Amino acid sequence: MIQVQARTDSSTLMQFASPIIAIALTLIFGSILFIILDKDPIQALHVLLIMPLSDAYNVGEMLVKMGPLLLCAVGLSLCYRANLWNIGAEGQLLAGALGGSAVGLLFVDSDSSLALPITLLAGIVSGMFWAALPTFLKIKFNSNLILTTIMFNYIALYLLVWAVHGPLRDPDGFGFPESAMFSDATLLPTLIESGRAHWGVVIAILAGIAAWVILSKTHLGFQIRVFGSDAPAAKYAGFSANKITWFVMLFAGALAGLAGVAEVIGPIGQLVPVVSPGYGYAAIIVAYLGRLHPIGAIAASIFLAVLYMGGDLAQIEMSIPTAVVGMFQGILLFFLLACDFFIRYRIILNKDANV
Amino acid sequence: MDIDLITQILFATIKTGTPLLLIALGEVICEKSGVLNLGQEGMMLMGAVVGFMSAFATGNLGLAVFAAMAMGALMSLIFGFLVLHLGANQVATGLALTIFGTGLSAFIGSGVIGETLQGFQPIIIPVLSDIPVIGKILFTHDLLVYISFVVAAALAFIANKTRLGLTLRAVGENPHAANAIGIKVLSIRYFAIMFGGAMAGLAGAYMSLSYTPMWVENMTSGRGWIALALVVFASWRIGNIMLGAYLFGLASIMHLVLQGMGWSISPNLLAMLPYVATVVVMVIISADQFKEKLLAPRSLGKPFDPRQMA
Amino acid sequence: MQLSPGEIHALLGENGAGKSTLVKSIYGVVAPNSGQFMWDGKEVEIKSPAIARELGIGMVFQHFSLFETLTVSQNIELCLSKAQLETIGHLGSKISTLSKAYGLNVDPDRLVHTLSIGERQRVEIMRCLVQDVKLLILDEPTSVLTPQEVAGLFDVLRRLSSEGCSIMFISHKLHEVTEICHSATILRGGKAIDTCDPRIETPASIAKMMVGDLAEQDAGYSKKIGTETLFKAEDLTLDSKQPFGTSLKHISFELKKGEILGVAGVAGNGQDELMAAISGEDGRKLKNVMWLDGKDISSLGAGTRRSLGMAYVPEERLGRGAVPDMSLAENTLLTHKVGFVKNGWVEWKAVKQYAKSIIDQFKVKCHGEFSHAKSLSGGNLQKFIMGREIGQNPKVLICAHPTWGVDVGAALAIHQALLALRDQGAAILLISEDIDELFLLADRMAAICDGHLSPTVHTEKTSIDQIGEWMAGTFINTNTHDTNQETAA
Repeated sequence: MIQVQARTDSSTLMQFASPIIAIALTLIFGSILFIILDKDPIQALHVLLIMPLSDAYNVGEMLVKMGPLLLCAVGLSLCYRANLWNIGAEGQLLAGALGGSAVGLLFVDSDSSLALPITLLAGIVSGMFWAALPTFLKIKFNSNLILTTIMFNYIALYLLVWAVHGPLRDPDGFGFPESAMFSDATLLPTLIESGRAHWGVVIAILAGIAAWVILSKTHLGFQIRVFGSDAPAAKYAGFSANKITWFVMLFAGALAGLAGVAEVIGPIGQLVPVVSPGYGYAAIIVAYLGRLHPIGAIAASIFLAVLYMGGDLAQIEMSIPTAVVGMFQGILLFFLLACDFFIRYRIILNKDANV
Repeated sequence: MDIDLITQILFATIKTGTPLLLIALGEVICEKSGVLNLGQEGMMLMGAVVGFMSAFATGNLGLAVFAAMAMGALMSLIFGFLVLHLGANQVATGLALTIFGTGLSAFIGSGVIGETLQGFQPIIIPVLSDIPVIGKILFTHDLLVYISFVVAAALAFIANKTRLGLTLRAVGENPHAANAIGIKVLSIRYFAIMFGGAMAGLAGAYMSLSYTPMWVENMTSGRGWIALALVVFASWRIGNIMLGAYLFGLASIMHLVLQGMGWSISPNLLAMLPYVATVVVMVIISADQFKEKLLAPRSLGKPFDPRQMA
Repeated sequence: MQLSPGEIHALLGENGAGKSTLVKSIYGVVAPNSGQFMWDGKEVEIKSPAIARELGIGMVFQHFSLFETLTVSQNIELCLSKAQLETIGHLGSKISTLSKAYGLNVDPDRLVHTLSIGERQRVEIMRCLVQDVKLLILDEPTSVLTPQEVAGLFDVLRRLSSEGCSIMFISHKLHEVTEICHSATILRGGKAIDTCDPRIETPASIAKMMVGDLAEQDAGYSKKIGTETLFKAEDLTLDSKQPFGTSLKHISFELKKGEILGVAGVAGNGQDELMAAISGEDGRKLKNVMWLDGKDISSLGAGTRRSLGMAYVPEERLGRGAVPDMSLAENTLLTHKVGFVKNGWVEWKAVKQYAKSIIDQFKVKCHGEFSHAKSLSGGNLQKFIMGREIGQNPKVLICAHPTWGVDVGAALAIHQALLALRDQGAAILLISEDIDELFLLADRMAAICDGHLSPTVHTEKTSIDQIGEWMAGTFINTNTHDTNQETAA
């Protein structure tokens, strides 16, 4: 007889094994799907997962995608640790791109060495501002953070689209909804001569390490963990919910804003209507896959970045729609949530029903 | 503004409010049983794409609507299994459902982008539609709009007057007590979740077969999320949901109103209106915490595990 | 074990002996792994509460299974099958008739959240009566009642018994068992180990059978009288934040150095609200209502009050007093900061060492300071929390239901720790539903009812009867300045 039994202590092994099992199950599921679609599953998985890492150009492109994913995911990890459901990374990223561009475009004809830092700062502040709005509404009016952050995502999107069609459109751009190209002084330097990989990904990794130090070594990090794991206990201990909320939300907003501005002054080079293929949403999966651990997020962001790259390649090589990436992301999260069941429960087989 | 324009605006309000109404009716039943399903957007998109593809392939609109509803229910079943049987976090699982549905719908729908078909046509109800103003506003819609009226009325009756409604409330308020007196909590919740899924599928079908008879990626543009806000706005009452859905519908067609008043504002800025309206409404309704706590189903979002009862 | 018609049978045993599991399986809430039930001479399989009710088995749960937002008759209706509803006809009038017949005083149209705990219990009993119950199971029915309400309950039970209804009665309070029960089964570790006739036993002899060997017993402790006031509340009035909570009304009392003040009361009469107001968890800024050592603390947050020398042992030990998924070391840091946090950085080594010392000193059974709080038994976790709070050398300790659901050994240790803290000169506020425990530990006593606090008396100068009456609120009318508030509410 099969019985399900609650564990007294959560399983540490499953905590780490769960993402790996979930990835494996997703790949199996994907293979079946490819067989149904009459595509060679081995080739498809090769294109999706191996090809993105096969040469320097592809690795560089992968790093381009990893940067914003990781930046957003590190911020979200802290929010989710604090049990604050910030779904607004996408909007904060777009706000960062928009705010950064608005300032960066002031330097179009300039070669000032201040152009880059000021533009970056503008992006970060814009992201923080966009995160501050729902945070304020939550603290002041107790409004539902999930819904407000999502609404602000849509608002940011339309604001950005309005801006590239209106005030930020390149006057010499023949009416295309694009801004002027940023000056060289504004652009983020690349990591290596060739390719588009830039310093954003390095900053992202440093941010991940910083977030880990905060969580595990500081009293603030401890407060965040208590608050997220058991709000009544945090209240009992006298921790300030508002302080914790402001900190993690602004931290997440700053990182997402940085991700946004780094996109426009990095690989894109100008403000366009489509800045992000949904990095802010995918970052939710990165955060979960990384076990809400900033260091785990680094590994998880590599996987998701590879998947994004693979999606692009699969369209070129095998004419599989890029949307397959989004579907894989959803399935991955499902399997992950299912596998997490075994962190809290175990299955035992026993022949003697009396025990 | 003349009376014709007002009639036109109110007619469009109902048309725009209908998908919100359908999806919110499903979600309110789900939430009354104590389950918060944030996957509405994903289920709705799947309903839209499956509905459109079925209609495109078979030409049978009735079958297409059925397929969309079945798809929505199937999607919600995944959610139900994870949340009810595996005790997964409702918020995270709902998000996963939305991400999955968004991705999957874009994936399977990539072949029919740009295709069009003949969607639901208006059915002018005789006699009733001849009532001045109101007749035009209420009784010149297509079948799905009328269905939304009927479902709303039926649910209002079931929720308030029947034993099923009573049981649903009991489960949503205190699943442990319900279990102790022998109500099958998980079955009720599965039922409520699947009803929510089917309604989301129906709302999706309305989008792709009636509102704009075609398939576009992400064509629901956040309606699933707005519906969630709508349920809170309506204090979990069916009548209020109807009112709220049409208010949001009105917010979505404000450009019509403003054009009527001779204003011209960038359409991109006007497109923000429903979302801004949602935020404003969220702020107004949640400011009264006491009232929200009083009206919300008390076990909403909290896991219930019968294994831990023993 | 077996039960005959009209018999009142007691199920006895320590916490975790399996009493609740046994009655839940009889009522079909949980499925037994093996074994069988015989009902009227026939073997029956009780798969669900609906089947149990068909047979004529009714149950009154320890934590009531009522729905607060529904009315009394809606609550009762949910428990009845369609067939039963048809035989009854008009449910409301049936409830009224039964209510009169048994003196239950239950109004079918009232919403459950407006009822007191005692009234809710009567609704549960009514729920069993409307379906012609033959076996009534009551899981610790008296722990939530005032002594006077207990007497009323026993009248109803005797009446049912005389009409041939069998009753299965779970209780901790042995004098109640000897008072009302005809027979008793004693459970230990999930096994029935003994039966006895309570009418010829004494509470002490039954206790011996329950615990096994004679455990060390709480003996009468000496009472002390303090003079120096450490904490004072004056005219503390506070609306409840929860829709169905109790608002505090004009509460005034003083805590004195080296003294335990006990507050008796039935659950839900404002204890949680009082606790939150004193600890600062409530969060609302007040003025001139609470003083610690002469300093107005009314507007300070919980953390600041703690640093001024207040400590708390909350009722919920898992989920408030301790974070379930964190180690005992981390849970130590929850309320201790001084010496462990420097410039925002946590010195984990020192924290772990200190957690170890609490574990040793209070004999907390666990694997070590790395154990998660949720892996500890209730008694051990309570000892840990108690040790952690006492370790802060508080001037004032607020303590709610410290031995609720705790085994005899741990309860004894907790009692002694409290008394030791008192003797060191701390002022202790002890909130408890267990009136016997209050008489054992408290130096002065008061009762709380509907958010009103009674006057305080020296424990030696009062009686269980007087406190019982206060618990029912008899003091409220005599308190002149409260009367206006009463009518307004």
